[in-house]
This record gives sequence, structure tokens and C-alpha cells, in this order.
Amino acid sequence: MATSLHPDGPEAVAVLIREAAARSEPLEVRGFGSKRALGRAVQAARPLCLDRLDALHFYEPDEMVLSVGAGMPLRRIEALLAGQRQCLAFAPPDWRPLLGSDAPEQSIGGVVAGNLSGSRRLTAGAARDHLIGFCAVNGRGESFKSGGRVVKNVTGYDLSKLMAGSFGTLAVLTSVNLRVVPLPEHSSTLALQGVDAAAAVRLFALALAGSFDVTAAAWLPADLAPSVGLQGPVALLCFEGLEASVRERSARLCTTLAAGGESYAEDASRALWRALGDGVPLQARSESALWRVSLPPTAGAALLGAVPEARGWMDWAGGLVWFEVPDVGDASAACIRGQLARSGGHATLIRASSATRERVAVFEPLAPALAALTERLRASFDPAAILNPGRMA
Amino acid sequence: MTAAIPYDRAILARRALIAAALRRLVAADAVIADETGLAVYESDALTAYRQLPLVAVLPSTVEEVAAVLRYCHAEGLKVVPRGAGTSLSGGALPLGDGVLLGMAKFNRILDVDLANRCVTAQTGVTNLAITRAVEADGFYYAPDPSSQSACTIGGNVAENSGGVHCLKYGMTTNNLLGLQVVLMSGEIVRIGGKHLDPGGYDLLGLLTGSEGLLGVVTEVTVRILPRPAAVGALMLGFGSAESAGRCVAAVIAAGIVPAGMEMMDRAAIHAAEAFAGAGYPLDVEALLLAELDGTARDVELRLQQVQDIARAHGAVRAVVATDEAERARLWAGRKAAFPAVGRISPDYLCMDGTIPRRQLPLVLTRIQALSERHGLRVVNVFHAGDGNLHPLILYDANAGEQDRAEAIGADILRLCVEVGGVLTGEHGVGIEKRDLMPVMFTEVDLEQQLRVKCAFDAQNLLNPGKVYPQLHRCVEEGRVHVHHGAVRFPELPRF
Repeated sequence: MATSLHPDGPEAVAVLIREAAARSEPLEVRGFGSKRALGRAVQAARPLCLDRLDALHFYEPDEMVLSVGAGMPLRRIEALLAGQRQCLAFAPPDWRPLLGSDAPEQSIGGVVAGNLSGSRRLTAGAARDHLIGFCAVNGRGESFKSGGRVVKNVTGYDLSKLMAGSFGTLAVLTSVNLRVVPLPEHSSTLALQGVDAAAAVRLFALALAGSFDVTAAAWLPADLAPSVGLQGPVALLCFEGLEASVRERSARLCTTLAAGGESYAEDASRALWRALGDGVPLQARSESALWRVSLPPTAGAALLGAVPEARGWMDWAGGLVWFEVPDVGDASAACIRGQLARSGGHATLIRASSATRERVAVFEPLAPALAALTERLRASFDPAAILNPGRMA
Repeated sequence: MTAAIPYDRAILARRALIAAALRRLVAADAVIADETGLAVYESDALTAYRQLPLVAVLPSTVEEVAAVLRYCHAEGLKVVPRGAGTSLSGGALPLGDGVLLGMAKFNRILDVDLANRCVTAQTGVTNLAITRAVEADGFYYAPDPSSQSACTIGGNVAENSGGVHCLKYGMTTNNLLGLQVVLMSGEIVRIGGKHLDPGGYDLLGLLTGSEGLLGVVTEVTVRILPRPAAVGALMLGFGSAESAGRCVAAVIAAGIVPAGMEMMDRAAIHAAEAFAGAGYPLDVEALLLAELDGTARDVELRLQQVQDIARAHGAVRAVVATDEAERARLWAGRKAAFPAVGRISPDYLCMDGTIPRRQLPLVLTRIQALSERHGLRVVNVFHAGDGNLHPLILYDANAGEQDRAEAIGADILRLCVEVGGVLTGEHGVGIEKRDLMPVMFTEVDLEQQLRVKCAFDAQNLLNPGKVYPQLHRCVEEGRVHVHHGAVRFPELPRF
């Protein structure tokens, strides 16, 4: 493998990309490489690593805005924000153990490029909702920007949305501007035991239809609940805010549901949701194929029942299903995507052997008109297809 | 008035032929080609610009939209999509050689799905009608632009509309789940659905706020939220804009995210009070209105917190609205600010920049200096929570003051960009701010955006001339030529 490139600033990134473009030499774009195992293997010899782009451009707590180099480790950002009792609302997960990565860090650029969000995505939005501006270098080696440092902005196309979730196939992020939010004063989780998947989804629908301000809702079956120190099957509801209010809402929901549950407060509550975001329930089973499916919440439980040998759990009030299947054949891709053709939604193969990831579309296949549009869009940023070629194919 | 966007008179000469061809694609009475009938469409809410379209077409089905676009694509005809025509930036301004595609007949709500907390509506359904469809069940649709009783959900998608509550609940883009879109080629595509996040590139996010340049939205799925159990409002008066600004920052820093946070300067307070009698104090320099929502307990606790912070930051007046009538009265003044200004001045221009909140005192001072230099009054209302500033520039068109008003407007927007802000927070670029785009973006930035346009619409037929300085064509390697319109069209008003 060719030597990794470690440019020390945006201009150096642009120079390297211009050189690579001139030679039609594909680049594997990465921060620390923590998510290399996700997606198709990139058909590129030369890694372009953004780890040296780790500058803090500005952090203004009273403006709730942060601007950092794309290579800044997420851990440093979280520590910085915690010092001001703030956080990233979308609860970015750490999938390194899940993906079997030994990377020392994950970069904010990688989190954004994957549009990775945790359990609070249900109510707080995804990474894409909190990226308010960026600087990047396109496949021509041109530095460009979009958005800005203010949240309310409709000036020009919102390319931030496009960059989030593009896995480095459009342009190389060099800096990102993120909105940040206050850290909730108090966190409490209500655990309702003995609830099966279908009942959990109905319960979540009730909870989210009332003024309970539930910020996250997940369900774990009996065999996966112990992975986060619980007994299952169990429905989990997160309440955040002022302590008195959290207590009142949680108690009122119990009354409404005529259910009694156990409450986990503060650190226990926060640790639980962090573990769920990180995919802990199915983290250890590296021999299986792991899917992450986003779908209408009411379809979540049905999907779990419809895929043979699937073992899984639900987040986002039923709208996100994580499950494992045996890593053989198409890893149930046809069955899953057949279900999704009826319900709507999309499935991503998060973890599988490289052979399976070559056979099976890792990302949801697109209808022909959308696939053609997507390719034209990709080419509008990177005409020679030198940035992470094949990653999202 | 001079055409804002020059047009090809040869196409105008083909009007009857084009109308006849369109009548074969849609119901005969859905094509309007006479000047009286077309007059309805000659402008949107930015009435300084007027232009009759070549023809107007009012399709009823997505297949008809596709057929019209296919025809226009094949004939090289320009198309301007239009919802209710409430754009404040000329986004729906017709083109003299273009087909106006009116989406008013797409007026049905297709699906109310309470279990999945979403509503699917045709593009021409009004923003408020979505809330009306679900309010009996305790839900509402959060983005609430001031035109919500008239503006369409499709237009909201095109403009990424906000509203006074977007500080807490986000803009359209944060509340959108799915779209059906017809591309300029006539291809019909579905993006998203009732689920969160896309499976591929986020086309949903890209199309939102694209001002009708990338596709024609025919169907929209939005998420709905449960109506908060309680809402409280607080009016605070300050001796200076600086102390009001510091109070806003302190509220935010304390971890409170109000549902809305509005500021008015002295001139706005006086105009609004004279018009609406909201009970605003007339001896303060700045007025803050804060709205807090949530459970009754939350609202009570947060109102107290905000009051304490305000006192510590020198608030000289504090009024808490304890019931719905009082809350409505406090808001009545703010909501009447624009018509109130309309009463004290023959004309006004409403600007829409966003700035980092902390720059507010500096920006207000410099706006005052601009106002004095140009001899025109400026009244400021401000979505203080998110830094979205609406300076209203007072002038008299009949006294020949329009050019000066527009000059101040352009200077204010340049100032917004200079202090780290942007040209438009919620009204859109449209035709109004098109020529200021190079103030905020480099030529490379704009070229990348134009290449995105080319990926959707290689012939530049969909709403051309809006948002970007003139785009000429997309050539093979994707390079496009950007002309800075102010040079190319010296007859254009600049602001």
C-alpha cells in the first residue's frame, strides 16, 4: 500500500487532490479510519488522512456554535463542550468496537460524513441537522464552502445536507461548523419490563403523542437486554430537562399507561443511551451480519418478525431496527428489502465479512432515475471519481 | 417596469402554439394565455418586480406535471413553479418567455398517520391546513412562517421556511420526511418517506431551500409534534439594545431554549404600540418577547429562570403573560410590526439577514449610521434567539427614495456578511438578493452550486435567473460561467 498522505491544512489538501486528479489516482479519504469497515471497500491505493486538520477555529458557547477542523477527534470536542455544559444534540455514536476498529480516535469529519446519530436523533435531529456550514475540497482540488456559522440561513443550496452522509465521495471536508445545545440538566430513563416489540411500538406512539417530552425510546428483547445491564424484554423511555419536570413527566406517563416501571437517573441513564447509540447490544457478535434499518416506526416490530433467524432490537421509537442474521448468502438482503419495498425505509449493512459486502449492496439500492441523478450529482463534485470511489456503490 | 430578467421575444411570438400544445397535455381550461388571466401571476409578495408569464399552466395530477415538464424540456422552454406566490424574494416571479407552473390544484391532504406522527399532503396545501388536519388529535406542524394561512407546503420546501418558533423546532428542512418530485426531464422520483434519514445522498436536504431550481415538488410528508401542554410568554424592557442582547445570550447560556425570542428596537416598539395597543412600554430602548413551552411545570420553572436572568441583566420592565389572552396581546404588537410600519411610511423594504447574536449592538449602531447618512429611517425587528434580523427601511417611492432605500438594504446585508452572518435567514435569495451572492460566496463556491444545478437541470430551464447570477450553460466538464449580474444588467435594482 502506498504511503498515507497527511496534509497539514486545507490548502495542502487541495494541492494533493489536484495532483491526484491530474494523475487520475483515486484516494481513500479518512480521518482516523475508524469506519473503514463500513460500506464497500474503497478502490483506491492511497489514503488521504485528515488527522492533522484538528484545529479549533472557534467555540462560542453563548452563540451555541463550534467550528473545528474535520480531523478533530470527537472525544476532544465532547470534552470541550462538556466544560461549558453543552453537547452535540444528535449524540454521535462510537462504532469502533462494533466495527472491530482499532483506530485511536474517530474524527468529527467522519461522524458528519457518515451522518451518524444516536438515540436522540428521534427528537433532536441527525448530524445533518446540526451541520450549519463547512469548508471542503472537491474532486477538482478546489476549496469551496457552503452554509455559514449561523443556524438560520437559506442563502444558496444547502450543501451541508448533501455532505452529511456522503462518506467522502463528493468532497473532502476540511472544516465543519456545528450548532451545539445545552446539556440537559437531568436525564432519567423509565424501563418498562415485559413488553414485547409490537406492544412497545404502540406504547411509544402513545408516549410521543402526548406532552411528555420523551427524547428517546428503545426496546430490547430478553436475550439482548443483559448487554446493557437490564432484564428484558424492556421498553425504555428517556426524559431530559429540569429534574422536577423530568419526575413529573415520567410519573404522568406511568399513570397514563397504567404501568409501573423502574427509573434510572443521571449517569446510569446517560450511560445506557450512549451504549445503545454505540450499538452495544449486538456489538460482540462479530461473526454475524449486522443490519441497521430506518423505517416508519410502526413497521419496526413487523420487520423483526419477518426476517428469519433475525435477532434484534429497536431504537427511535421503532423507526430504527438493528439486527443480526447469519452471514451467509445475501445475509437476508432480499428479504429485508422486500419488506421495505412495502413499508418504506432503507437498510444499511453495517457489518459483514468483506465477501458479503462485495456481494450485497451495503446501502439501499436506488430507483433508476434516482441512481442516475445521484451519479450526476457525484460527478458534479468529483468528475474523475477519485474520492472514495466505490464506497457507496 | 423593466423586466428584471430579460426574455426572448421570439418565444413570446410562439405563445399561441405553445398554449395549444400545453392544452393537449392538461385540461383545456388549465392553460391561461390571455393577458388578463395572466395578470394574477405577474408578481409574488415582492411586488417591486412584475412580469407577465408567457403562459400559465395549472396541472391537476403528477402525471400532468411530468407531461408539461417533458414538453418544456424537449422544447427548451423555461418553467417557473409557483405555490401561493407569497415569496418575499421574487422566487416565483414569472419569466416573460417562460411557462408559469401553478400548483394550486394540488390541494388535498393525502394521509394523516398519527401512529407514525406524519402527514402527507399535496404540494399546494397550506402550511396551516396541515396543523388544522391534526389539531383535534393534539398535534401540530411546527414551522410557522407568518404567511402560514396562505403559503403552501411545497413553497415552504422550496424556501426552507422558518417562523418564530424555529429556534426550538427547526426550519422546514428539520421537519421534512419525504417528497415526491418531478425533475425537469419529466421523471417522477420519490425521496424519503415516513422514515428518518436517507439511504443515499440527502437529496431531501438539498431540495429543501433550493427555491424551485432543482425540481417541482408535488407531494410532501412532514413530521408532526404533540402540541405542548402549556405556553407562557414574557415581555422584558431594556434601557439599551446591548443589555437586551446580553440577556438573550445569558438565557441561551443557561441552557434554556425558548420556543421563540423576539426583539424590537425603540422605533419598532413605538410603531407597534401605536398600531396594536399591546401595552408595550414606550420608555425603553429595546423590548424582548420570550415564549416558553412544554409541560405546565416546565413553563413555570423556565419563566422564573428567564425573569431572574433578565433582572440580573438590567431589565427595567417585566410582564409575564399568565393566560392565553394576555399572551396573545403581547404577541399582537410584534405580529403587527410590519403593518404598523406600513402606516407610518408610504413604503418600506424588509431585509432579512442573519448575524451572530453577539454582533447585534455593533450592527444596530452601524444601521443607525447608514440610516442617518442616507436620510431614511430604519426600524428593527429581530428574531433574537437565532440572530435573524429584519430591518425595515422606510421610504417614499413617490419622492424618488427607492434607490436610496435599496442602497441601504444592500449595505445592511453586506454588513451582515462582514460580521459573520448571511444574506438571508428565511426569505430566500430569489431575484432580490441574487446579485449580492458574490458578497458571501467566492466564484468557486458559486460554480460548485451551479454544477449541482446542472446535475438536476442541464439546460437551466427550471426557474433560471433566480438565486444565482446568470448561469449560461453547463458544458461537458461541468464548468459554468458566472456573470456578476450587476455588471451584466446595469438596469437592475441592486439590493
